[in-house]
Amino acid sequence: MTTSATTVPSSAHRAGAPGGGAQAAGRQERRVGTGARRRWAMWWFVLPAALYVLAFFAVPVVNNITTSFREYTTATFYTGEAPFVGLANYVDVISSRTFGRTTLNTAVFTVVSLAATFVIGLALAVFFNAHFRLNSVLRSLVLLPWLLPLIISSAVWRRMMEGTSGVLNELLGLVGLGAVPWLTDPAVALYSVIIVNVWVGIPFVMVILYGGLQEIPRDLYEAASLDGATGLRAFRSITWPLLRPVVVIVLMLGFIYTVRVLDIVLALTGGGPAGASDTYATQAYQLSFRDFQFGTGAALSNILIVVTLLVAALQLRANRRANDLAG
Amino acid sequence: MTVTTPTAPAPTSAPAAGRAPATPRPRATRRRALSALRTAFGVVVVGVLLFPVYWMVNTSLQGSENLLSTQWFPLQVDLGGYREAISSQLGNLGTSLVVAVGAVVVCLAVAAPAAYGLSRAALPLPGGAVLLTLLVITQMIPGIVIANGLYSLYNDLGLIDSYVGLVLADASLGVPFCILLMRSFMTNIPASLIEAAKIDGASEWRVFRSIVLPLSRNSLVTAAVFAFLFAWSDFLFALTLTTGQQVVPITLSMYTFIGAHTQSWAALMATATIASIPAAALLVVAQRYIAAGVTGGAVK
Repeated sequence: MTTSATTVPSSAHRAGAPGGGAQAAGRQERRVGTGARRRWAMWWFVLPAALYVLAFFAVPVVNNITTSFREYTTATFYTGEAPFVGLANYVDVISSRTFGRTTLNTAVFTVVSLAATFVIGLALAVFFNAHFRLNSVLRSLVLLPWLLPLIISSAVWRRMMEGTSGVLNELLGLVGLGAVPWLTDPAVALYSVIIVNVWVGIPFVMVILYGGLQEIPRDLYEAASLDGATGLRAFRSITWPLLRPVVVIVLMLGFIYTVRVLDIVLALTGGGPAGASDTYATQAYQLSFRDFQFGTGAALSNILIVVTLLVAALQLRANRRANDLAG
Repeated sequence: MTVTTPTAPAPTSAPAAGRAPATPRPRATRRRALSALRTAFGVVVVGVLLFPVYWMVNTSLQGSENLLSTQWFPLQVDLGGYREAISSQLGNLGTSLVVAVGAVVVCLAVAAPAAYGLSRAALPLPGGAVLLTLLVITQMIPGIVIANGLYSLYNDLGLIDSYVGLVLADASLGVPFCILLMRSFMTNIPASLIEAAKIDGASEWRVFRSIVLPLSRNSLVTAAVFAFLFAWSDFLFALTLTTGQQVVPITLSMYTFIGAHTQSWAALMATATIASIPAAALLVVAQRYIAAGVTGGAVK
């Protein structure tokens, strides 16, 4: 993810080739005359997007922040009154009986989902990096689960995890294992939701890591194999170090997507049974849109933003430091 | 699972020998066998991964009589589920289509010029770097925050339960992604092409329309595919920004369906199958764009 670095080089190119001589200088002058105006004219291209981002990201976020300092009740919709209450909503959320469990659920959901998705996705990416017949057909078929609307995937999995008649329990029965109460047991529900989330996430992780693997020059492996480094050894000393920047991006995006997952939880368990699969995201939804406590809902979703940005920043920083160390 | 290159020494030859003079023929057959083995393994893996998709279609074809269990194969096809799905869900599918197409239009109209303005092919934009950083950050904001913040705004503007409101909100799922995706393509357009047109007196808009857009057709298709899928899959905005009375996309109606009568699995799965068609069709028609989009939009 490059930001400043990407817009800067064009100014270098505008200055012309260093060795261009008088001709280049003349051309440069002609362009500089209109340059400033043209540069500002480019804002017309960006303006609609800038306004859109302002209206659909900045305004809601600011709105969410101000809401979190006010007391919203159902009556607010009639009276329009939402008194300022300072940090009371945050105190309410954090000191509520469910906050500890929701925090733990969010952490378990995110970490276990991400770890499992990453390991399976990486294994598949490495597998598909080899040449074999039907490779590209199979690889694009893997994408399907990721392209399906989450509600659809959740509905199908809910059918598969249903009581005793679900096919997952039938499969367990075939191998001589007992039925698992996937969605109704508080001890299992969160992991059932994780299974579905992992299934949804594998294609995304696989495709990005596969793209990263494809960028690694083949002759590195050839050279290494001359030195006797193949298999796991080659993976450790060539694949993993060269793949690391992509790994950081996958983990960061994966984290951002996972920590906010709502559809899967709502459709499979609704956060239940008894809050056993509630996360920050589902709880924020329920506070705002089911209990109409927009103030506390906003407070909790702001906590979610802070967590997200914090982890993303940490991951990017870890990557920068790792790159610095590597020279 | 390990990376094996074609030139890797055969495991049976002495490792110290390096490029041991194995006769070419056994090596070729071994390589072919390895390829077949990998294909077989790949088929099994993909089969396991796609089993839920199979189960969806399978369940959808078994009618509503199998309340308790689903047969492994739809030996007696019963289209009752599809009849029920079509009679009750056609309107919602239409709503989803209208909303998703609308979101694509909004998304491309906003994102394509911005992508050019922020690309290296254009002149450096004052403040462009800041905007790019903001775009990256917007993708980190959880949807529930946007929904929460939009709700009161929509309430004031009378946009709750309206097509316009939902289209605009759903487009927000694609706008940053599409800008970043198209920008990375447009950055690769040779600057000389654009310089030449400008020296000939073409305006920026003209350059954008007649040079940049045609050259970026592939990235426009990719962006449109993703914008469509994002909006088609949207559930959160449908759930929060509508009352579930007037504007009901298929995702929202499926959700209500799940809660209301889960005994009619065939109808629900038939609806799910029909609602999966756009994703499946795009996979077939635009698969190379999709893989390029996932990696391009995320990594570059």
